[in-house]
Amino acid sequence: MGKYILKRIALAFVTIWAVATITFFLMNLVPGGPFLSEKAISPAATKALEAKYGLDKPMAERYFTYISDAAHGDFGDSLKQRGRTVMDIIATKFPVSAKLGGMAVILALCVGVPLGVLAAYKRGTFIDSLFSVIATCGIAVPGFVICTLLLYVFGVKLQWLPTLGLKNAQSYIMPVVALAAYPTSYIMRLMRSSMLDVLGQDYMRTAKAKGLSQKVSLFKHALRNAILPVITYVGPMLAYTLTGSFVTEKIFTIPGLGGEFIKAINGRDYTMIMGTTIFLATIMIVMNVIVDIVYKLVDPRIKLK
Amino acid sequence: MEKNPLSFQLKLNPDDFLPATEEEKEGLVVMRDSVSFWKDGFRRLRKNKVAMVCLFIIIIVMIFAFIVPAFYPYSYEQQIQGANNLAPMQYSAKEMEQIAAGEKVFPHFFGTDKMGRDYAIRVMMGSRISLLVGIIAAAIILVIGSVFGSIAAFAGGWVDLIMMRIVDIIYTIPDVLLIVLLSFALKAPLKVLAQAPGFGWISVVGENLISIFIVFALLYWVGMARMVRSQILMLKESEYVTAARALGASSARIIKKHLLTNCIGTLIVTTTLQIPSSIFTESFLSFLGLGVAVPMPSLGSLASDAINGLNTYPYLLFIPAAVISLIILSFNLLGDGLRDAFDPKLKN
Repeated sequence: MGKYILKRIALAFVTIWAVATITFFLMNLVPGGPFLSEKAISPAATKALEAKYGLDKPMAERYFTYISDAAHGDFGDSLKQRGRTVMDIIATKFPVSAKLGGMAVILALCVGVPLGVLAAYKRGTFIDSLFSVIATCGIAVPGFVICTLLLYVFGVKLQWLPTLGLKNAQSYIMPVVALAAYPTSYIMRLMRSSMLDVLGQDYMRTAKAKGLSQKVSLFKHALRNAILPVITYVGPMLAYTLTGSFVTEKIFTIPGLGGEFIKAINGRDYTMIMGTTIFLATIMIVMNVIVDIVYKLVDPRIKLK
Repeated sequence: MEKNPLSFQLKLNPDDFLPATEEEKEGLVVMRDSVSFWKDGFRRLRKNKVAMVCLFIIIIVMIFAFIVPAFYPYSYEQQIQGANNLAPMQYSAKEMEQIAAGEKVFPHFFGTDKMGRDYAIRVMMGSRISLLVGIIAAAIILVIGSVFGSIAAFAGGWVDLIMMRIVDIIYTIPDVLLIVLLSFALKAPLKVLAQAPGFGWISVVGENLISIFIVFALLYWVGMARMVRSQILMLKESEYVTAARALGASSARIIKKHLLTNCIGTLIVTTTLQIPSSIFTESFLSFLGLGVAVPMPSLGSLASDAINGLNTYPYLLFIPAAVISLIILSFNLLGDGLRDAFDPKLKN
């Protein structure tokens, strides 16, 4: 067990380092420095700015400085938003995205799991086919389509819900639902197939033969075993909600990290791009490691390598 | 001769002992035509109604995306004077006059956009881009993934270990983040490369499109590689591999002729399911403004452009959104059908 955890953590570190390195060199591929778009700037001033941010040093030196700083959680100053550090911007923007993503994850689990169980329990009936059609569509329709459809129907036509920002509780409904649509559908499908698998097991027949009620056998025996594959999906789901928020935040004009990332890319804010990428990547990778370890812990059938 | 009722002797008919005729011989052969892998698979696929409907839809969409634009009276970048923001099937004032004068004007089935471009042809071109991205990306992934996976599995030992660690690392890298980053960073170097002699084709295809392909080629092959590796690990123990080796076949030949052909079912299914996921990602990128360059439309960028006018011209958003959902849905369901038909073991 300890060996497995160590191996996973070591791999996670290598991956984070790989992401940081790829990000750094990719950023240096892009011509047109961050100060090019500024109006009426003299060559001397550009030089001074570059010197200030260390852009005049050789690439290898910048790389090592950057990696060692990043390892200490220091991503430098934002090149565009003067006077603010990247960490500072992330600290103000990320909670917004995290709140949205967290709510979407909870919604997806609360809706996806029961519906999946219901579909498996009522397999072959109308409800089952209806859910499977909904789930298939939910997986096929891209996030931005769901966002804009919701926006059009509930924001523009019916005017029930606010279309921009996150001012009150109602304004959370649309972005969260839009973000949760894909994971909900996925969990529904996952839950249905794993539940069907479990319902066919011998111990379910034993439970029935012992005279357990439908409810106890379904929730105590079947659900516990069937929910395991859903745990493995939590990692990818978090990654999806974090990156899916790029689109959601753009459409609903939410001041989150996703919108900030796109803004940084369009403004060539190198330090901001690198900082955000490494930050988000680290969160996703760490979550994946935790989910994997938890999965191995809760399912004794899996042999630890 | 009269038969004695108590006799046990059989009364035989001499005709029964004649040599069989050719026809009678034919009738005794119980062999049927052998059912090949493909025939068997397609027979099962044809029975799957959902998959057949999806295949039909995909073919229709492909005809509209690749063939119809060649005969269409409007071009995707042509701005028609005075025909801005027309509703579907509406004509501009000028076109009304032409009709009144007895001329024939081709209708704008989906209306026009704010620059007066016919929207139907733009949606068709957008579908063409999306389909191209999906299919080419899937082909790239198929080649890289199957070569990498089969080499790792066949070589085994430390080669396999190192190759699979690389796969593990790429697998855990958050793909969308890196795709956004790569498609942004690759744009400029490709533009420079396009100026070099012999690389003019880059600007024809479009830098963004090529950077999307590079991104897919770099990141998305790992799933395919894992799938192929696990299949080949199983297949390489088969007797026919030993037999081929005994006959002196090289490793490359064994992989190519024996191993990959035997996991063709998995390859087909994984590739088909890769197409919608590539289209999905492309539309996501185009929606964020990182996809194909203007004036070339993609379904994602069409939808993205339409958001600002959502209040007044909702159909500009709904048409590309519906088309892209339809394409992804059809490929997904067709992929499921193919899996059931060609690779029943893979099911769940």
